[in-house]
Amino acid sequence: MGTFHQDVEAAIPALRRYARALTRDAETADDLVQDSLVRALRSEHLFHGGDVRSWLYTILTNLNRNRLRSHARRPMLMPLEDNDAPDASGPEAGGRDIERALALLVDEQRTALLLVVLEGLSYREVAEVQGVPIGTVMSRLARARMQIKTYLDGERPALRRIK
Amino acid sequence: MIDRNTSVTEDELHVYVDGELPADRREAVEAWLASHPDDAARIASWRAQAEAIRARYGATIHERVPDRLTLSRIIRTRRSWGAVAAAAAVAAFVIGGAAGWLARGVSAAAPNSVELFTSDALVAHKLYIGEVRHPIEVKAEENHLLPWLSRRVGTTLRAPDLGAFDLKLLGGRLLPGVSGPAALFMYEGASGERFTIYCTKLNAARTAFRYDAEDNVGAVHWIEGSYGWVISGPKDKDKLKAVASAAYDQLEKRIPSPSQGAAGQLISRRGS
Repeated sequence: MGTFHQDVEAAIPALRRYARALTRDAETADDLVQDSLVRALRSEHLFHGGDVRSWLYTILTNLNRNRLRSHARRPMLMPLEDNDAPDASGPEAGGRDIERALALLVDEQRTALLLVVLEGLSYREVAEVQGVPIGTVMSRLARARMQIKTYLDGERPALRRIK
Repeated sequence: MIDRNTSVTEDELHVYVDGELPADRREAVEAWLASHPDDAARIASWRAQAEAIRARYGATIHERVPDRLTLSRIIRTRRSWGAVAAAAAVAAFVIGGAAGWLARGVSAAAPNSVELFTSDALVAHKLYIGEVRHPIEVKAEENHLLPWLSRRVGTTLRAPDLGAFDLKLLGGRLLPGVSGPAALFMYEGASGERFTIYCTKLNAARTAFRYDAEDNVGAVHWIEGSYGWVISGPKDKDKLKAVASAAYDQLEKRIPSPSQGAAGQLISRRGS
């Protein structure tokens, strides 16, 4: 009992990181973490050993998918991009580029990529979190990386030149 | 053991980058990369992506966890009045101010169509009751009001007769709803107070009356037969429930209107 709570508590900072990258919005991310924690405590009796962290990633991933589904009907509120801002070569540029590139990905691909490169999960763990075979995780990763590369290589510089 | 001539698949490149390649294959991949600059460049770009992602979000882990996310707080909240509600109240902003306030009691990470439809109705109510000159689009006296709204909303609509509450039907308007067009009927009392009845198609389970209130507005909603209804008015729970019951009886049970006033005659012959 005690260790379960300790394990959950210890995972919170990483959950926040994952949620932040998933939603790219700090408030939304923390709401998602909060909902995940509530859900986790409520279903504590359903947790039969294993890795608490993976279990929490699973809950958060599912909640985020629900969130996106219910929002699909409504227009997404995206920050207006200021193409004239002097960020094209500033230290923030890379961060914003990757943020925009992530935003373009399909949710499943973004999830797989973030779990691997940001959260350091193994392919097997990601497969469990997403509830798919490892081969599917790998093709999601491959597509995510290809799309980000295409975006960073091509589209962005082209957009920059347009004023 | 190591076959340097075996070609390396793209899958293997990903596995290699992610450090999951078995040691006995790693050397082969490295040899391959040395002679295949395109693949080496691809791998470099993937690594750069991962670096950029970590640079952008990695620091989150070092931030102080906000109080509301500490486990003790969540446990305490849950014991006191249900953490789901707390989460919903906070996270209501996710959807934007409009959809928020009726979200209590349901997980905010997944606002459902019932929450959205009730908040749509309230937003419309608050917006149009304040209109002096144009509270409605089509007046009650115009014969096409009900056929028109029925056709657009997709069911035979009736505007209940609320004469028993001294409420007179002003008219109605068409609005965008959760899963299609919505109809809004507006009623006015003798002292100028306004009630609205909102109806839209909704794929949700049948519910009993639910009451909600915010500021000085109250609302009763229910769902029946794939349609959701919301009756909004001044914050007076008993009166709203009484109005809702009367409206429900006329709408759902097809009880004839109590009086043959203007509203009572407005029964659509169209729609299906």
